[in-house]
Amino acid sequence: MFNRDTWGEIFLSIKKNKLRTFLAGFTVALGILIFVTLVGLTNGLRNTFEEFFNDDATNTFFLFPGRTSLPYKGYKSNRIIEFDNSDLADIEKNFAMFLEYVTPRISRSALTKYKEESNNYNTRAVAPGHQFNEKTIMMKGRYLNERDIEDKTKYAVIGRLVEQDLFGNKNALDKYIDIGGSVFKVIGVFQDDGGDNEERYIYIPYTTRQLIEKNTDEVDQIILGFKPEIGYAGAMAFQASLDKFLRDKKYISPEDPNGLFIRNVADQLKQNQQFANVLAIIASIFALGTLIAGIIGISNIMVFVIKERTKEIGIRKAMGATPKAVIGSILLESVFITTIFGYLGMLVGLAVLNSIGIKLEDYFIKNPYINTTVAVIATVFLILFGALAGYIPARRAAKIKPIVALRDE
Amino acid sequence: MIEIKDLHKSYKMGSNSLHVLKGINFTAEEGELVAIMGSSGSGKSTLLNILGMLDEADSGEYTLDGVPIKNLSETKAAQYRNKFLGFVFQSFNLINYKSALENVALPLYYQKVPRKERQEKALQYLERVGLKEWATHLPSELSGGQKQRVAIARAMAAEPKVLLADEPTGALDSTTSYEVMDLIQKINDEGNTILVVTHEEDIAHMCKRIVHLRDGVIVEDKKVKQVRASEYVQ
Repeated sequence: MFNRDTWGEIFLSIKKNKLRTFLAGFTVALGILIFVTLVGLTNGLRNTFEEFFNDDATNTFFLFPGRTSLPYKGYKSNRIIEFDNSDLADIEKNFAMFLEYVTPRISRSALTKYKEESNNYNTRAVAPGHQFNEKTIMMKGRYLNERDIEDKTKYAVIGRLVEQDLFGNKNALDKYIDIGGSVFKVIGVFQDDGGDNEERYIYIPYTTRQLIEKNTDEVDQIILGFKPEIGYAGAMAFQASLDKFLRDKKYISPEDPNGLFIRNVADQLKQNQQFANVLAIIASIFALGTLIAGIIGISNIMVFVIKERTKEIGIRKAMGATPKAVIGSILLESVFITTIFGYLGMLVGLAVLNSIGIKLEDYFIKNPYINTTVAVIATVFLILFGALAGYIPARRAAKIKPIVALRDE
Repeated sequence: MIEIKDLHKSYKMGSNSLHVLKGINFTAEEGELVAIMGSSGSGKSTLLNILGMLDEADSGEYTLDGVPIKNLSETKAAQYRNKFLGFVFQSFNLINYKSALENVALPLYYQKVPRKERQEKALQYLERVGLKEWATHLPSELSGGQKQRVAIARAMAAEPKVLLADEPTGALDSTTSYEVMDLIQKINDEGNTILVVTHEEDIAHMCKRIVHLRDGVIVEDKKVKQVRASEYVQ
């Protein structure tokens, strides 16, 4: 099967039948190219998804107070619920074993000025733990610390774009800025992978904010991070007991849907991952469809090729070619073509994916890639089916009487 | 060399059955040059196809060089064709993407003759039909007579026991026909057994024996005085 003569015959046949070779090869190459690209783009989509949700920590609960909609323990409905510093302390005390950090967040928009430059920014009054929640990365200076909270310092940590807006190219560190009428000293500049909006925040100690607002002890919302070791089930259990604890403390009916909200990022993440997986499944079905279309295409071409060669087969049989020799040479030729072009299609597909990189980031596709094994398996799959598709008509052609084949015009 | 006894063949045409050969008895010795004649539909081509193992008889005996030809598998038939028979067709049946040399070498390829030897032998046979200079040309670059000469070279290259020619001059003008017949006569002079199917009287008379077929039976079988084709060839 693998002597020089056989290959000589095959190369001659390929060389002298360029259109046929091109058609068969093109089908295979295109099939593999589309398959590789499609699978790659799906992976790119998943990359974006993961990155999107990995920007913020996922071991996080957001607690929001609401307004009761059910009367409970003598309290009327429609009562406004508020969090305060004692809630922070209670959570810290009662759930220490689950907790990584707990931080309040009080958001206020404030006109911020430095010399002639001014702009409106969102300030977030927080505790040091907030840094873990947002995965804030310090470029220079430092983040808020416990001393700042205790001393109610007028320190501010500003985003990279805040510095750019207000200071231009100059260093903001240790400068004083006016935030809503109070002067704060810039102690740090941060960056955040979450996008431009995330880099236009200003962080200040929550106790300072409370002091400014007539020494209140209210907080808008509470954010807490649990230890990742407790896992998904542990997080769900923690959420349930936290919910019960706060409802008991604030006299909110356990059935009340509006009194208290807990947003569980881990749960959301899981749902989003499921969404991404469904997308991936749909794309896989399309990719598989492409592959099947490729197989059907190559089968059609093989049928056509063998029909076209019927007379040649008849001549060869009259010259003493055995059916085995006829089938062998046709199959070897088709496998050779599909292998070469399949490999070519695969390489082009990989090159396309590589060249995309982050160019399609706006369309939520980032760094598309395909597992090489998957690409190779798909190619082999197509080659095998191409061979099978060639074998059936080749066998039939080899079986027809030479006299019938010779009459074929 | 060839022995046929009570050969029958019929073709199914839908619900009808067409009885083409109705009991043929025929013998050909080594070195004979036999013309099989008959009008179209007389069964002459069918007979040749059965002799050439391209088709199968329904009943009857066929012995070729002492070997009974019966119930052959496709593979066996292919081997016998390769070993015993050379074919020349009316429509030449050259492989159009192969050069003259490659066409002639094809039966040798299936005889598993080594490449070098194959090329040499093919060239030698091309020389014998006077087409050595055309070895690298494709069939499309050759005239009808040249094509048929290539086909004859191809049939001879395998050194068969019997050469079967089905209307070898059917697609050629008379001058070219005589050239081809001249070649066939020369090959016969060297002792090869040749069967020629034709419906042309002048071509038939260039053979040594004429067998007339009509409606599937042999009606006449006579020896004739051979007319040498070289008389007409300049």
